[in-house]
Amino acid sequence: MSEVPHLLVHEHADNVGVVVVEGLTAGTDMLCCVTHDNSTFRLTAGADVPIGHKIALKDFKEGDTAIKYGEDIGKIIADIPKGAHLHTHNCKTKRW
Amino acid sequence: MASKYSNITFQGFRRENGRVGVRNHVLILPVDDISNAACEAVANNVKGTLAIPHAYGRLQFGEDLELHFRTMIGTGANPNVHSVVVIGIEPGWTKRIADGIRETGKQVAEFSIEQKGDFETIRAASWAAKDFVHQATEVQREECSISELWVSTKCGESDTTTGLGSCPTVGNMYDKLLPEGITGFFGETSEITGAEHICQKRAINEEVGERWYKMWKAYQDDVIFAHQTDDLSDSQPTKGNIEGGLTTIEEKALGNLEKIGRTSQFIDILEPAEQPSSGDGLYFMDSSSAAAECVTLMAAGGAVIHTFPTGQGNVVGNPIVPVIKITANPRTVRTMGEHVDVDVSGILRREQTIEEAGDALIEMIRRTANGRNTAAEALGHREFSMTKLYRSA
Repeated sequence: MSEVPHLLVHEHADNVGVVVVEGLTAGTDMLCCVTHDNSTFRLTAGADVPIGHKIALKDFKEGDTAIKYGEDIGKIIADIPKGAHLHTHNCKTKRW
Repeated sequence: MASKYSNITFQGFRRENGRVGVRNHVLILPVDDISNAACEAVANNVKGTLAIPHAYGRLQFGEDLELHFRTMIGTGANPNVHSVVVIGIEPGWTKRIADGIRETGKQVAEFSIEQKGDFETIRAASWAAKDFVHQATEVQREECSISELWVSTKCGESDTTTGLGSCPTVGNMYDKLLPEGITGFFGETSEITGAEHICQKRAINEEVGERWYKMWKAYQDDVIFAHQTDDLSDSQPTKGNIEGGLTTIEEKALGNLEKIGRTSQFIDILEPAEQPSSGDGLYFMDSSSAAAECVTLMAAGGAVIHTFPTGQGNVVGNPIVPVIKITANPRTVRTMGEHVDVDVSGILRREQTIEEAGDALIEMIRRTANGRNTAAEALGHREFSMTKLYRSA
Protein backbone atom coordinates (compact mmCIF):
# COMPACT_ATOMS: atom_id res chain seq x y z
CA MET A 1 0.00 0.00 0.00
CA SER A 2 1.71 3.22 -1.12
CA GLU A 3 -0.45 5.54 0.98
CA VAL A 4 -0.49 4.94 4.74
CA PRO A 5 -4.05 4.26 5.96
CA HIS A 6 -5.69 6.53 8.54
CA LEU A 7 -8.22 3.98 9.75
CA LEU A 8 -8.10 0.19 10.14
CA VAL A 9 -11.16 -2.07 10.25
CA HIS A 10 -10.77 -5.71 11.36
CA GLU A 11 -13.61 -7.41 9.46
CA HIS A 12 -16.09 -6.53 6.70
CA ALA A 13 -18.92 -7.12 9.20
CA ASP A 14 -17.55 -4.39 11.51
CA ASN A 15 -19.33 -1.03 11.79
CA VAL A 16 -16.46 0.74 13.60
CA GLY A 17 -12.84 1.43 12.62
CA VAL A 18 -9.69 2.42 14.57
CA VAL A 19 -7.69 5.59 13.92
CA VAL A 20 -4.03 4.55 13.47
CA VAL A 21 -2.38 7.93 12.84
CA GLU A 22 -1.61 10.74 15.26
CA GLY A 23 -3.23 14.15 14.90
CA LEU A 24 -6.22 13.17 12.73
CA THR A 25 -8.38 16.27 12.13
CA ALA A 26 -12.06 16.69 11.21
CA GLY A 27 -12.63 16.78 7.48
CA THR A 28 -9.72 14.47 6.60
CA ASP A 29 -10.48 12.25 3.62
CA MET A 30 -9.38 9.03 5.34
CA LEU A 31 -7.95 5.99 3.59
CA CYS A 32 -9.58 3.05 5.41
CA CYS A 33 -8.26 -0.50 5.21
CA VAL A 34 -10.02 -3.74 6.16
CA THR A 35 -7.18 -5.84 7.60
CA HIS A 36 -8.93 -9.12 6.81
CA ASP A 37 -8.18 -8.78 3.08
CA ASN A 38 -6.47 -5.35 2.77
CA SER A 39 -9.41 -3.95 0.78
CA THR A 40 -9.79 -0.18 1.05
CA PHE A 41 -12.46 2.53 1.03
CA ARG A 42 -12.61 6.24 1.86
CA LEU A 43 -14.48 8.06 4.62
CA THR A 44 -14.44 11.67 5.83
CA ALA A 45 -13.50 12.10 9.51
CA GLY A 46 -16.30 13.95 11.31
CA ALA A 47 -14.17 15.03 14.26
CA ASP A 48 -10.60 15.32 15.56
CA VAL A 49 -10.09 11.77 16.85
CA PRO A 50 -6.97 10.61 18.76
CA ILE A 51 -4.90 7.63 17.63
CA GLY A 52 -6.39 4.36 18.83
CA HIS A 53 -9.93 5.73 19.14
CA LYS A 54 -12.85 4.56 17.02
CA ILE A 55 -14.89 6.16 14.25
CA ALA A 56 -18.44 5.13 13.28
CA LEU A 57 -18.63 3.62 9.79
CA LYS A 58 -22.40 4.21 9.56
CA ASP A 59 -25.14 6.31 11.12
CA PHE A 60 -26.01 4.71 14.49
CA LYS A 61 -29.27 5.05 16.39
CA GLU A 62 -29.54 4.65 20.15
CA GLY A 63 -29.98 0.93 20.88
CA ASP A 64 -27.90 -0.26 17.91
CA THR A 65 -24.99 -2.69 18.38
CA ALA A 66 -21.33 -1.85 17.74
CA ILE A 67 -19.54 -4.63 15.85
CA LYS A 68 -15.75 -5.11 15.88
CA TYR A 69 -13.75 -8.30 15.14
CA GLY A 70 -17.10 -9.37 13.66
CA GLU A 71 -18.42 -9.53 17.26
CA ASP A 72 -20.81 -7.56 19.46
CA ILE A 73 -18.72 -5.14 21.56
CA GLY A 74 -21.57 -3.12 23.11
CA LYS A 75 -24.70 -1.02 22.73
CA ILE A 76 -25.00 2.48 21.31
CA ILE A 77 -26.43 4.84 23.96
CA ALA A 78 -26.71 8.03 21.85
CA ASP A 79 -27.18 8.63 18.12
CA ILE A 80 -23.85 8.78 16.25
CA PRO A 81 -23.45 10.10 12.70
CA LYS A 82 -21.21 8.28 10.23
CA GLY A 83 -17.59 9.48 10.56
CA ALA A 84 -17.99 10.62 14.19
CA HIS A 85 -16.02 9.61 17.29
CA LEU A 86 -17.40 6.47 18.96
CA HIS A 87 -16.29 5.85 22.55
CA THR A 88 -17.49 5.62 26.16
CA HIS A 89 -19.72 8.73 25.79
CA ASN A 90 -21.96 6.97 23.24
CA CYS A 91 -21.24 3.23 23.55
CA LYS A 92 -21.39 0.87 26.55
CA THR A 93 -21.09 -2.83 27.35
CA LYS A 94 -24.38 -4.76 27.43
CA ARG A 95 -23.08 -6.78 30.37
CA TRP A 96 -23.58 -4.31 33.20
CA MET B 1 6.40 -32.09 10.27
CA ALA B 2 9.60 -30.09 10.03
CA SER B 3 9.19 -26.37 9.39
CA LYS B 4 11.63 -23.49 9.08
CA TYR B 5 11.26 -23.09 12.84
CA SER B 6 12.21 -26.69 13.72
CA ASN B 7 15.96 -26.13 13.58
CA ILE B 8 16.13 -22.98 15.68
CA THR B 9 18.55 -23.43 18.56
CA PHE B 10 19.84 -21.18 21.33
CA GLN B 11 22.51 -21.27 24.01
CA GLY B 12 20.79 -22.07 27.31
CA PHE B 13 21.48 -23.44 30.78
CA ARG B 14 20.48 -27.08 31.14
CA ARG B 15 19.40 -27.85 34.71
CA GLU B 16 19.56 -31.02 36.80
CA ASN B 17 15.90 -31.89 36.04
CA GLY B 18 16.32 -31.52 32.28
CA ARG B 19 14.59 -28.15 31.99
CA VAL B 20 16.37 -25.33 30.18
CA GLY B 21 16.89 -21.81 31.50
CA VAL B 22 17.96 -18.63 29.70
CA ARG B 23 19.33 -16.80 32.75
CA ASN B 24 21.54 -18.00 35.61
CA HIS B 25 20.43 -16.25 38.80
CA VAL B 26 21.58 -16.97 42.33
CA LEU B 27 18.41 -16.13 44.21
CA ILE B 28 18.10 -14.91 47.81
CA LEU B 29 14.51 -15.82 48.61
CA PRO B 30 12.63 -14.54 51.68
CA VAL B 31 9.99 -16.92 53.05
CA ASP B 32 8.13 -13.97 54.58
CA ASP B 33 8.04 -10.17 54.72
CA ILE B 34 10.11 -9.90 57.92
CA SER B 35 13.01 -11.79 56.31
CA ASN B 36 13.34 -9.26 53.48
CA ALA B 37 15.97 -7.21 55.33
CA ALA B 38 18.27 -10.20 55.88
CA CYS B 39 17.91 -11.24 52.22
CA GLU B 40 18.71 -7.75 50.98
CA ALA B 41 21.76 -7.61 53.27
CA VAL B 42 23.05 -10.91 51.84
CA ALA B 43 22.49 -9.65 48.28
CA ASN B 44 24.41 -6.51 49.19
CA ASN B 45 27.29 -8.55 50.64
CA VAL B 46 27.59 -10.94 47.71
CA LYS B 47 27.61 -9.42 44.21
CA GLY B 48 25.93 -11.44 41.49
CA THR B 49 23.02 -12.50 43.69
CA LEU B 50 19.45 -11.28 43.54
CA ALA B 51 17.10 -10.77 46.51
CA ILE B 52 13.38 -10.66 45.75
CA PRO B 53 11.62 -9.01 48.71
CA HIS B 54 7.84 -9.34 48.91
CA ALA B 55 4.99 -8.39 51.22
CA TYR B 56 3.57 -11.71 52.47
CA GLY B 57 4.17 -15.04 54.17
CA ARG B 58 2.82 -14.63 57.71
CA LEU B 59 -0.50 -15.89 59.07
CA GLN B 60 -1.82 -16.95 55.70
CA PHE B 61 -3.95 -20.10 55.68
CA GLY B 62 -5.85 -22.50 53.46
CA GLU B 63 -5.80 -22.03 49.70
CA ASP B 64 -4.09 -18.65 50.07
CA LEU B 65 -1.19 -20.23 51.98
CA GLU B 66 -0.91 -23.03 49.40
CA LEU B 67 -0.61 -20.37 46.69
CA HIS B 68 2.13 -18.66 48.72
CA PHE B 69 4.14 -21.91 48.92
CA ARG B 70 3.52 -22.69 45.24
CA THR B 71 4.74 -19.22 44.20
CA MET B 72 7.85 -19.38 46.41
CA ILE B 73 8.79 -22.92 45.41
CA GLY B 74 7.99 -22.32 41.74
CA THR B 75 10.11 -19.17 41.65
CA GLY B 76 13.10 -20.96 43.16
CA ALA B 77 12.54 -23.99 40.91
CA ASN B 78 12.42 -21.91 37.71
CA PRO B 79 15.23 -22.99 35.32
CA ASN B 80 16.42 -19.38 35.04
CA VAL B 81 17.62 -19.84 38.63
CA HIS B 82 20.92 -21.63 39.26
CA SER B 83 20.69 -21.97 43.05
CA VAL B 84 18.78 -20.50 45.97
CA VAL B 85 19.44 -19.20 49.47
CA VAL B 86 16.15 -19.36 51.40
CA ILE B 87 15.75 -17.24 54.55
CA GLY B 88 12.68 -17.30 56.82
CA ILE B 89 11.88 -16.23 60.35
CA GLU B 90 11.37 -19.83 61.59
CA PRO B 91 12.63 -23.20 60.33
CA GLY B 92 9.34 -24.97 59.52
CA TRP B 93 8.02 -23.08 56.50
CA THR B 94 11.62 -22.28 55.49
CA LYS B 95 12.35 -26.01 55.19
CA ARG B 96 9.12 -26.65 53.31
CA ILE B 97 10.06 -24.10 50.64
CA ALA B 98 13.72 -25.18 50.49
CA ASP B 99 12.74 -28.86 50.15
CA GLY B 100 10.22 -28.00 47.43
CA ILE B 101 12.93 -26.28 45.39
CA ARG B 102 15.41 -29.13 46.08
CA GLU B 103 13.12 -31.53 44.19
CA THR B 104 14.47 -29.99 40.97
CA GLY B 105 17.95 -31.18 41.97
CA LYS B 106 19.37 -27.68 42.26
CA GLN B 107 21.37 -26.48 45.26
CA VAL B 108 19.47 -24.80 48.07
CA ALA B 109 20.78 -23.45 51.39
CA GLU B 110 18.23 -22.58 54.08
CA PHE B 111 18.50 -20.30 57.09
CA SER B 112 16.08 -19.20 59.80
CA ILE B 113 16.43 -16.12 61.93
CA GLU B 114 14.85 -17.06 65.30
CA GLN B 115 17.43 -17.86 68.05
CA LYS B 116 20.16 -16.31 65.86
CA GLY B 117 19.15 -12.81 64.80
CA ASP B 118 19.83 -11.02 61.55
CA PHE B 119 23.63 -10.71 62.03
CA GLU B 120 24.36 -14.40 62.45
CA THR B 121 21.87 -15.38 59.74
CA ILE B 122 23.31 -12.88 57.26
CA ARG B 123 26.87 -14.06 58.02
CA ALA B 124 26.08 -17.73 57.41
CA ALA B 125 23.82 -17.08 54.41
CA SER B 126 26.44 -14.82 52.81
CA TRP B 127 28.99 -17.65 52.87
CA ALA B 128 26.50 -19.97 51.14
CA ALA B 129 25.55 -17.30 48.59
CA LYS B 130 29.21 -16.62 47.78
CA ASP B 131 29.82 -20.31 47.17
CA PHE B 132 26.77 -20.45 44.83
CA VAL B 133 28.00 -17.42 42.87
CA HIS B 134 31.38 -19.08 42.25
CA GLN B 135 29.61 -22.20 40.99
CA ALA B 136 27.02 -20.35 38.90
CA THR B 137 29.60 -18.24 37.13
CA GLU B 138 31.44 -21.37 35.97
CA VAL B 139 28.38 -22.93 34.36
CA GLN B 140 28.55 -22.79 30.55
CA ARG B 141 25.65 -22.27 28.20
CA GLU B 142 24.99 -25.16 25.83
CA GLU B 143 23.02 -25.62 22.63
CA CYS B 144 19.32 -26.24 23.21
CA SER B 145 16.37 -26.67 20.87
CA ILE B 146 13.67 -24.01 20.58
CA SER B 147 11.22 -26.80 21.52
CA GLU B 148 12.67 -26.74 25.05
CA LEU B 149 11.51 -23.18 25.72
CA TRP B 150 8.57 -22.39 28.01
CA VAL B 151 7.12 -19.07 26.87
CA SER B 152 4.35 -17.13 28.61
CA THR B 153 2.27 -14.15 27.52
CA LYS B 154 0.16 -11.46 29.12
CA CYS B 155 -0.56 -8.01 27.71
CA GLY B 156 -0.79 -4.69 29.54
CA GLU B 157 -1.86 -1.09 29.08
CA SER B 158 -3.81 -2.42 26.14
CA ASP B 159 -5.42 -0.20 23.57
CA THR B 160 -6.95 -0.80 20.17
CA THR B 161 -3.50 -1.22 18.61
CA THR B 162 -2.79 -4.31 20.73
CA GLY B 163 -5.72 -6.13 19.09
CA LEU B 164 -4.56 -4.96 15.65
CA GLY B 165 -0.82 -5.57 16.00
CA SER B 166 1.06 -6.71 19.10
CA CYS B 167 -1.36 -9.40 20.33
CA PRO B 168 -1.73 -11.03 16.87
CA THR B 169 2.10 -10.97 16.69
CA VAL B 170 2.29 -13.11 19.83
CA GLY B 171 -0.51 -15.29 18.47
CA ASN B 172 1.41 -15.83 15.26
CA MET B 173 4.48 -16.83 17.29
CA TYR B 174 2.42 -19.42 19.23
CA ASP B 175 0.85 -20.75 16.02
CA LYS B 176 4.39 -21.33 14.69
CA LEU B 177 6.23 -22.53 17.83
CA LEU B 178 3.61 -24.61 19.67
CA PRO B 179 3.71 -27.21 16.85
CA GLU B 180 7.50 -27.34 17.43
CA GLY B 181 6.94 -28.50 21.01
CA ILE B 182 7.29 -25.39 23.14
CA THR B 183 5.19 -25.01 26.27
CA GLY B 184 3.03 -21.87 26.34
CA PHE B 185 1.05 -19.99 28.98
CA PHE B 186 -1.76 -17.48 28.71
CA GLY B 187 -4.29 -16.39 31.35
CA GLU B 188 -5.75 -13.16 32.79
CA THR B 189 -9.08 -14.65 33.86
CA SER B 190 -10.88 -11.31 34.29
CA GLU B 191 -9.81 -10.06 30.88
CA ILE B 192 -11.43 -12.95 29.05
CA THR B 193 -14.80 -11.63 30.21
CA GLY B 194 -16.59 -10.58 27.07
CA ALA B 195 -14.95 -13.23 24.92
CA GLU B 196 -15.50 -16.27 27.16
CA HIS B 197 -17.64 -17.97 24.49
CA ILE B 198 -14.70 -17.76 22.06
CA CYS B 199 -12.05 -18.78 24.60
CA GLN B 200 -13.99 -21.88 25.63
CA LYS B 201 -14.03 -23.03 22.00
CA ARG B 202 -10.23 -22.81 21.86
CA ALA B 203 -9.88 -25.70 24.33
CA ILE B 204 -8.53 -28.89 22.80
CA ASN B 205 -11.72 -30.77 23.65
CA GLU B 206 -15.10 -30.29 25.28
CA GLU B 207 -14.00 -31.60 28.67
CA VAL B 208 -11.17 -29.06 28.96
CA GLY B 209 -13.52 -26.36 27.65
CA GLU B 210 -16.08 -27.15 30.32
CA ARG B 211 -13.47 -27.13 33.08
CA TRP B 212 -12.23 -23.80 31.72
CA TYR B 213 -15.74 -22.32 31.74
CA LYS B 214 -16.34 -23.53 35.30
CA MET B 215 -13.11 -21.87 36.44
CA TRP B 216 -14.02 -18.61 34.66
CA LYS B 217 -17.60 -18.66 36.05
CA ALA B 218 -16.35 -19.27 39.59
CA TYR B 219 -14.16 -16.20 39.25
CA GLN B 220 -17.15 -14.15 38.05
CA ASP B 221 -19.39 -15.35 40.88
CA ASP B 222 -16.91 -15.42 43.76
CA VAL B 223 -14.81 -12.37 42.97
CA ILE B 224 -16.60 -10.00 40.60
CA PHE B 225 -20.19 -10.31 41.75
CA ALA B 226 -19.21 -10.64 45.42
CA HIS B 227 -17.25 -7.37 45.37
CA GLN B 228 -18.74 -5.36 42.53
CA THR B 229 -19.89 -1.80 42.96
CA ASP B 230 -22.18 -0.65 40.16
CA ASP B 231 -20.05 -2.12 37.39
CA LEU B 232 -16.45 -2.80 36.55
CA SER B 233 -16.09 0.18 34.30
CA ASP B 234 -13.48 1.88 36.44
CA SER B 235 -11.33 -1.24 36.45
CA GLN B 236 -12.08 -3.13 33.23
CA PRO B 237 -11.36 -1.47 30.88
CA THR B 238 -8.84 0.51 32.93
CA LYS B 239 -8.45 4.27 32.70
CA GLY B 240 -5.37 3.68 30.53
CA ASN B 241 -7.31 1.35 28.23
CA ILE B 242 -10.04 3.96 27.77
CA GLU B 243 -7.47 6.68 27.11
CA GLY B 244 -6.09 4.35 24.42
CA GLY B 245 -9.48 4.03 22.75
CA LEU B 246 -10.89 0.80 24.21
CA THR B 247 -14.57 1.32 25.04
CA THR B 248 -15.93 -1.92 26.50
CA ILE B 249 -14.71 -5.06 28.23
CA GLU B 250 -15.85 -7.08 25.19
CA GLU B 251 -13.63 -5.06 22.87
CA LYS B 252 -10.70 -5.45 25.26
CA ALA B 253 -11.21 -9.21 25.64
CA LEU B 254 -11.43 -9.81 21.90
CA GLY B 255 -8.12 -8.00 21.38
CA ASN B 256 -6.54 -9.86 24.30
CA LEU B 257 -7.49 -13.27 22.87
CA GLU B 258 -5.58 -12.48 19.66
CA LYS B 259 -2.54 -13.61 21.69
CA ILE B 260 -3.37 -17.27 21.08
CA GLY B 261 -3.39 -16.84 17.35
CA ARG B 262 -5.57 -18.54 14.78
CA THR B 263 -4.90 -22.26 15.25
CA SER B 264 -3.54 -22.74 18.78
CA GLN B 265 -5.66 -24.65 21.29
CA PHE B 266 -5.08 -24.94 25.03
CA ILE B 267 -4.61 -28.43 26.40
CA ASP B 268 -5.17 -27.88 30.12
CA ILE B 269 -5.91 -25.38 32.88
CA LEU B 270 -3.50 -24.43 35.65
CA GLU B 271 -4.09 -23.07 39.12
CA PRO B 272 -2.21 -19.80 39.80
CA ALA B 273 1.56 -20.57 39.87
CA GLU B 274 0.96 -24.26 39.07
CA GLN B 275 3.53 -26.01 36.91
CA PRO B 276 2.22 -27.78 33.78
CA SER B 277 2.21 -31.57 33.86
CA SER B 278 0.21 -32.56 30.77
CA GLY B 279 3.10 -32.33 28.31
CA ASP B 280 4.03 -29.81 25.60
CA GLY B 281 1.38 -27.36 24.53
CA LEU B 282 -0.55 -24.27 25.52
CA TYR B 283 -1.96 -23.86 29.05
CA PHE B 284 -4.47 -21.39 30.48
CA MET B 285 -3.38 -20.26 33.94
CA ASP B 286 -6.10 -18.87 36.22
CA SER B 287 -4.41 -15.57 37.00
CA SER B 288 -4.82 -11.91 37.80
CA SER B 289 -4.78 -9.44 34.93
CA ALA B 290 -2.47 -7.11 36.87
CA ALA B 291 0.82 -7.20 34.97
CA ALA B 292 3.37 -7.87 37.71
CA GLU B 293 1.15 -10.43 39.48
CA CYS B 294 0.44 -12.34 36.30
CA VAL B 295 4.08 -12.46 35.14
CA THR B 296 5.14 -13.53 38.66
CA LEU B 297 2.59 -16.40 38.64
CA MET B 298 3.63 -17.59 35.17
CA ALA B 299 7.33 -17.44 36.14
CA ALA B 300 6.49 -19.58 39.18
CA GLY B 301 4.74 -21.96 36.78
CA GLY B 302 8.05 -22.41 34.99
CA ALA B 303 7.99 -19.96 32.05
CA VAL B 304 11.53 -18.78 31.18
CA ILE B 305 10.64 -16.01 28.70
CA HIS B 306 7.61 -13.73 28.80
CA THR B 307 6.18 -11.98 25.73
CA PHE B 308 4.34 -8.78 26.66
CA PRO B 309 2.26 -6.89 24.09
CA THR B 310 1.49 -3.33 25.11
CA GLY B 311 -0.41 -0.47 23.56
CA GLN B 312 -0.13 2.60 25.77
CA GLY B 313 3.17 1.40 27.24
CA ASN B 314 3.33 -0.84 30.31
CA VAL B 315 6.88 -0.86 31.75
CA VAL B 316 6.72 -4.08 33.84
CA GLY B 317 9.61 -6.53 34.25
CA ASN B 318 10.35 -9.57 36.40
CA PRO B 319 13.40 -10.44 38.53
CA ILE B 320 14.05 -13.88 37.01
CA VAL B 321 12.25 -13.95 33.65
CA PRO B 322 13.14 -11.64 30.75
CA VAL B 323 10.02 -9.76 29.61
CA ILE B 324 9.97 -8.93 25.88
CA LYS B 325 7.84 -5.84 25.11
CA ILE B 326 6.04 -5.65 21.79
CA THR B 327 4.06 -2.64 20.64
CA ALA B 328 2.26 -1.61 17.46
CA ASN B 329 1.42 1.89 18.70
CA PRO B 330 3.66 4.43 16.90
CA ARG B 331 3.04 7.03 19.62
CA THR B 332 4.33 4.61 22.27
CA VAL B 333 7.37 3.83 20.12
CA ARG B 334 8.00 7.58 19.86
CA THR B 335 7.39 8.52 23.50
CA MET B 336 8.50 5.35 25.36
CA GLY B 337 10.97 3.76 22.95
CA GLU B 338 13.36 2.73 25.73
CA HIS B 339 10.80 0.12 26.86
CA VAL B 340 10.18 -1.45 23.44
CA ASP B 341 11.99 -4.61 22.31
CA VAL B 342 9.95 -5.38 19.19
CA ASP B 343 8.39 -2.49 17.24
CA VAL B 344 5.55 -3.81 15.08
CA SER B 345 3.99 -0.41 14.30
CA GLY B 346 4.59 -1.26 10.63
CA ILE B 347 1.46 -3.44 10.88
CA LEU B 348 -0.66 -0.30 11.36
CA ARG B 349 0.97 1.34 8.34
CA ARG B 350 0.39 -1.89 6.36
CA GLU B 351 4.15 -2.07 5.77
CA GLN B 352 4.54 -5.27 7.81
CA THR B 353 2.34 -8.37 7.85
CA ILE B 354 1.40 -10.28 11.01
CA GLU B 355 3.41 -13.15 9.53
CA GLU B 356 6.55 -10.97 9.36
CA ALA B 357 5.92 -9.53 12.81
CA GLY B 358 5.61 -13.07 14.23
CA ASP B 359 8.98 -13.96 12.70
CA ALA B 360 10.51 -10.79 14.18
CA LEU B 361 9.24 -11.80 17.63
CA ILE B 362 10.59 -15.35 17.25
CA GLU B 363 13.99 -13.87 16.35
CA MET B 364 13.85 -11.65 19.46
CA ILE B 365 12.91 -14.68 21.59
CA ARG B 366 15.95 -16.52 20.21
CA ARG B 367 18.28 -13.59 20.90
CA THR B 368 16.81 -13.10 24.39
CA ALA B 369 17.26 -16.80 25.11
CA ASN B 370 20.89 -16.46 24.02
CA GLY B 371 21.40 -13.76 26.63
CA ARG B 372 20.37 -10.42 25.13
CA ASN B 373 19.01 -8.28 27.95
CA THR B 374 15.49 -7.03 27.36
CA ALA B 375 14.51 -3.38 27.78
CA ALA B 376 12.95 -4.24 31.16
CA GLU B 377 16.17 -5.96 32.31
CA ALA B 378 18.35 -3.06 31.13
CA LEU B 379 16.08 -0.58 32.92
CA GLY B 380 16.08 -2.59 36.16
CA HIS B 381 12.39 -3.54 36.17
CA ARG B 382 12.20 -6.44 38.64
CA GLU B 383 8.59 -6.35 39.80
CA PHE B 384 7.91 -9.42 41.94
CA SER B 385 4.27 -9.31 43.05
CA MET B 386 2.63 -12.18 44.89
CA THR B 387 -1.07 -12.84 44.38
CA LYS B 388 -3.09 -13.00 47.58
CA LEU B 389 -6.53 -14.62 47.58
CA TYR B 390 -7.93 -13.23 50.86
CA ARG B 391 -6.83 -11.48 54.05
CA SER B 392 -4.54 -13.20 56.51
CA ALA B 393 -5.60 -14.56 59.89
